[in-house]
Amino acid sequence: MSRPKAHIVGVGESAYARWGKIGDVTEHALACQAIQRAVADAGLSLDDVDGLASFAEDRNEAIFMAAELGLPALRFANMVWMTGGGGGCAAISNAAMAVETGQAEVVVVYRALCQGQFFRFGTGGMDASAPPKPEPPTVQHANSLFLASMGFAIPYGLLMAAAAYALPTRRHMHLYGTTSAQLGHIAVTFREHASRNPRAVMGSRPMTLDDHQASPMIADPHRLFDCCLESDGACAVVITTAERARDLAKGRVEILASDQGAPKGYAFGPFTNANIADDLYATGACEEMAGRLWGKAGLGPKDVDVAQIYDHFTGCVLMQLEDFGFCARGEGGPFIESGALSWHGGSLPTNTHGGGLSEAYIHGLNHVVEGVRALRGESTSPVENAEVCLVTSGACVPSSAVLLGKT
Amino acid sequence: MSERFFPDSMPQPMADATTLPWWQAAAEHRLVVQRCTACQHTRLPPAPICSECRSTDADWKEVSGRGEVYTYTIVHRPIAADQELPYVIAVIALEDAGGVRIISNVVDVSPDVIAVGLPVELVWEDMSADLAIPRFRPRRP
Repeated sequence: MSRPKAHIVGVGESAYARWGKIGDVTEHALACQAIQRAVADAGLSLDDVDGLASFAEDRNEAIFMAAELGLPALRFANMVWMTGGGGGCAAISNAAMAVETGQAEVVVVYRALCQGQFFRFGTGGMDASAPPKPEPPTVQHANSLFLASMGFAIPYGLLMAAAAYALPTRRHMHLYGTTSAQLGHIAVTFREHASRNPRAVMGSRPMTLDDHQASPMIADPHRLFDCCLESDGACAVVITTAERARDLAKGRVEILASDQGAPKGYAFGPFTNANIADDLYATGACEEMAGRLWGKAGLGPKDVDVAQIYDHFTGCVLMQLEDFGFCARGEGGPFIESGALSWHGGSLPTNTHGGGLSEAYIHGLNHVVEGVRALRGESTSPVENAEVCLVTSGACVPSSAVLLGKT
Repeated sequence: MSERFFPDSMPQPMADATTLPWWQAAAEHRLVVQRCTACQHTRLPPAPICSECRSTDADWKEVSGRGEVYTYTIVHRPIAADQELPYVIAVIALEDAGGVRIISNVVDVSPDVIAVGLPVELVWEDMSADLAIPRFRPRRP
């Protein structure tokens, strides 16, 4: 027997900016703004909200957010595992479980980032201009399992995500002949979508394939334009029961299915794990999850009208397209070159907001926001008659995904 | 002291009681992998339990340090002061380690030569008297 499915009824965001550009507002103030806008978009009041969820070690803890926002009661609070953007759709999934099982009635999922006020992701938290410490280098005490694991990566300089996810992408190139230009098509397509989206940080800066190929190498094969933006901003998504959603005026979107997790032995993925199974290494590690997701929804790749694919790096987009079965393993390059991802006439219009590569990098929660807009007909790069949208979070880390359906 | 490839300012490893013996072996220039004494499955990083048979009994197997490049990236941005650029981070498939791979660097290599499948050998870099980091270079005939 299946329960009535949870719905997304509101989305909202702050202004998005380049990292460090939001310095006059605290990160939690930005989160409050996004949450208020999402709740208003739903036609609800903060007095209706009784649950909060986030992911990626959000610094803005639910208990404090609930107090700041004056929520009458906090009945559900949830934080997904630690591996960055992989938890975005999992937070949606957990919020959906909460409302479907009566733990809460209205849950807001939020994510806020002010990188200038904390640390810039691209540096891995290191300051390359800092002088060495006077003490001789030695083994430091790891006070967490995560840090003990990082001990097998950072002494080699593996600290930047751009380098970590270059490893599976390079292996993919070796196995299947994938090229930098094919990756470039992803960046160029998403930039074109961003150019139509006034919210996009890179909206006014067009990109050609030549621009991509001329952009500086960061961690081969990742050029600058293969890497997502480093952004400041916040966004939020409101989830409630099917019953409650029926009373709300604005376009609601059904959460058809969700899934999360990692395959056996994956840990933190290529960042710290050299021993990922050989048949899994040059993938986004989402194939098993995709199978479960399709099974739950009774749908398949051919049923997806529009997709919002987590794009920390172009290679990870390519590998996810294979994981989710939009093309065969190793065929991601030609699939992309065919123009498949374009909002206008592509077989799989993808990242119609511009994605993390060109709208903003809000750990992918902005992909859920765009998924909702795409099905409501509110996207700035609309896909006609779109009824089913796939949203993914992560790839090359423990990941999650949701299938959204127009109601 | 050994030849140096990276500056003192490089990030230092962190270890807990499960992984510290690996670093202690490294300080003695022994490259080891952890081996389950029940089913012989080898693993890295070290773990308190065998992921295959769930035995908690394990020992350390010293390996030759020969291997080949499984994948790599050539990094053009420094993460530490005075670092030579670019530098190569690679996953090395170790030859006699029960299929275990290790994240490391390939040093003494031109970016034109680095490739998946490149045969490599171990070279220890003493960062200090009690910290040695295993790195790899193209195998010499």
